[in-house]
Amino acid sequence: MSALPQPLFASIQGAFEFIITPQSSNVTGGRTVGGIDQVIELTLTQLEVTLLALALSLLVALPVGLYLGHRGTGELLAIGIGNAGRAIPELALIAFMAAAIGVGLLNVTIALAVLGIPPILTNAFVGIRQVDRSSVDAARGIGMSEFEILRKVELPLAVPTLMTGVRTATINIVATATIAPLAGVLTLGDFIINENVYGENGVLAGAILVALLALTLELALAGLQRLLTSRGLKLKPA
Amino acid sequence: MRTTSKRARAAIAVLLALFLSLGVAACGSDDDDTTGNDEGGGGGAIVSNPDNGKVTLTVGSKNFTEQIVLGEVYAQALEAAGYKVKKDLNLGSETVALKNVKAGQISGYPEYVSTALTSFFEAEPEEVPADATEAYEEAKADFEKEDLTAFPPTPFASANAVGTLKKTAEERDLKTVSDLEGQSEEMTLYGSPECRQRIDCLAGLEELYGLKFKKFVPVDIGLRYTVLDKGQADLSILFTTDPQLSAQADKYVILEDDKEVFPAGNVIWVTTPEVVEEAGPDYEKTIVQVQEGLTLKVMQELGARVELEKEPAAKVAAEYLESAGYTG
Repeated sequence: MSALPQPLFASIQGAFEFIITPQSSNVTGGRTVGGIDQVIELTLTQLEVTLLALALSLLVALPVGLYLGHRGTGELLAIGIGNAGRAIPELALIAFMAAAIGVGLLNVTIALAVLGIPPILTNAFVGIRQVDRSSVDAARGIGMSEFEILRKVELPLAVPTLMTGVRTATINIVATATIAPLAGVLTLGDFIINENVYGENGVLAGAILVALLALTLELALAGLQRLLTSRGLKLKPA
Repeated sequence: MRTTSKRARAAIAVLLALFLSLGVAACGSDDDDTTGNDEGGGGGAIVSNPDNGKVTLTVGSKNFTEQIVLGEVYAQALEAAGYKVKKDLNLGSETVALKNVKAGQISGYPEYVSTALTSFFEAEPEEVPADATEAYEEAKADFEKEDLTAFPPTPFASANAVGTLKKTAEERDLKTVSDLEGQSEEMTLYGSPECRQRIDCLAGLEELYGLKFKKFVPVDIGLRYTVLDKGQADLSILFTTDPQLSAQADKYVILEDDKEVFPAGNVIWVTTPEVVEEAGPDYEKTIVQVQEGLTLKVMQELGARVELEKEPAAKVAAEYLESAGYTG
């Protein structure tokens, strides 16, 4: 009957032990929790649901943002939705959709995509809008079609701004994917939500892992941005 | 160009639809239904003692409906006794709540005696005494070793239970959890995320009953009936105090826990000897007095008004105190 065997306060060392080796828990009746196998499993699900939600955000926001940016209209829509989208409570959204489509991967993907859409939409719109009008006029002058102008002139010049939106969206999504265990998808959030099961060290371990995953994604996207940015834009102005 | 604009328009349409549906979600119902509450046990009015005005008590609770209602009931009762009362009714789990009591962040909070024994003091679920007084004495002795104390239990007890639609129970001839043997492999079970690994939940169903389920799906506690209604879950972990079980008895049933994986627990107020000393005799007296009327039936009704009729917990608690004669 030694009470409260779990440490009262988390330690970095304890969190790393939790990540590597399964630990005992006082509510599982002897089953161990945590450890590298579970960490890998939950990390992969977190990554999966993040990428799915990001893909859905891009699918919805990119065409709209680019089109409106090219036309130069709909600023109210692009910026308005962008700002309104930030105010949506995710858990309420998940619960609302649970009544319509149930819980699970689809529910979580849509709920998280709602977080990804605003920054991508706004940045795509702004990115295209800020392209130097003389470049666009020159392209039109040499006989490019509107689609060619968008694809060959505006889009390449908008890449840095656009990618900033994608990176923001990714961070929003990967951080919020921690609530997915409340809707049937076991992500790293399981460690954070279930303090009773995993203990303080588990909570800290979950937070550390999510932060590492976010940093990794951020670095990967920064690399992608370098690859996508045309050489002309990388030159320092004389 | 044509195709681009068509696609763009489709995308706008999708976006607008999404936007509108969110608008609907945001406008949660806030109706002001005023059904009177004539239930409630006896007990005289709580007497306000001016001496108590020097003491500030912080009432804590965990973050689901039943706990929040309890938190409001205790907070308003202590206020009626003359204390200055602050509330912190959104503590995540029992470990968090207990830590807050120990650290003096809250003066006390309501805990299920079964949860206290299994979560804090490593009792196996089947070791939890069925008798409320016996379980309370055991928990109180354990708490004292931790320099904590607990007040006597409420009349009502709460437990987790395996629930299902009445239709499903009839089709599969389910009355007890043991009846699931041979059928559970083709059934999905939904429960709170922490249920998955707890011995007094899924782990217990697997180990003590020897059941295997087709799938266990973690969901927010607030969705425990939604997943049954939607037909997603064959089985869902419910609470015996759920208002739905009495209000819609023709729709939902719970399976009898014949091997005692889910210990029932009356609620005890967990606090520290320091707070007891500072707050004086009215502290325990008020808590014990106000919970006298909290029978299973009353708890289900209070829960129904908050959960099903969306009334604010503070208002429901205030009307309980008034109709039961604690305040006037």
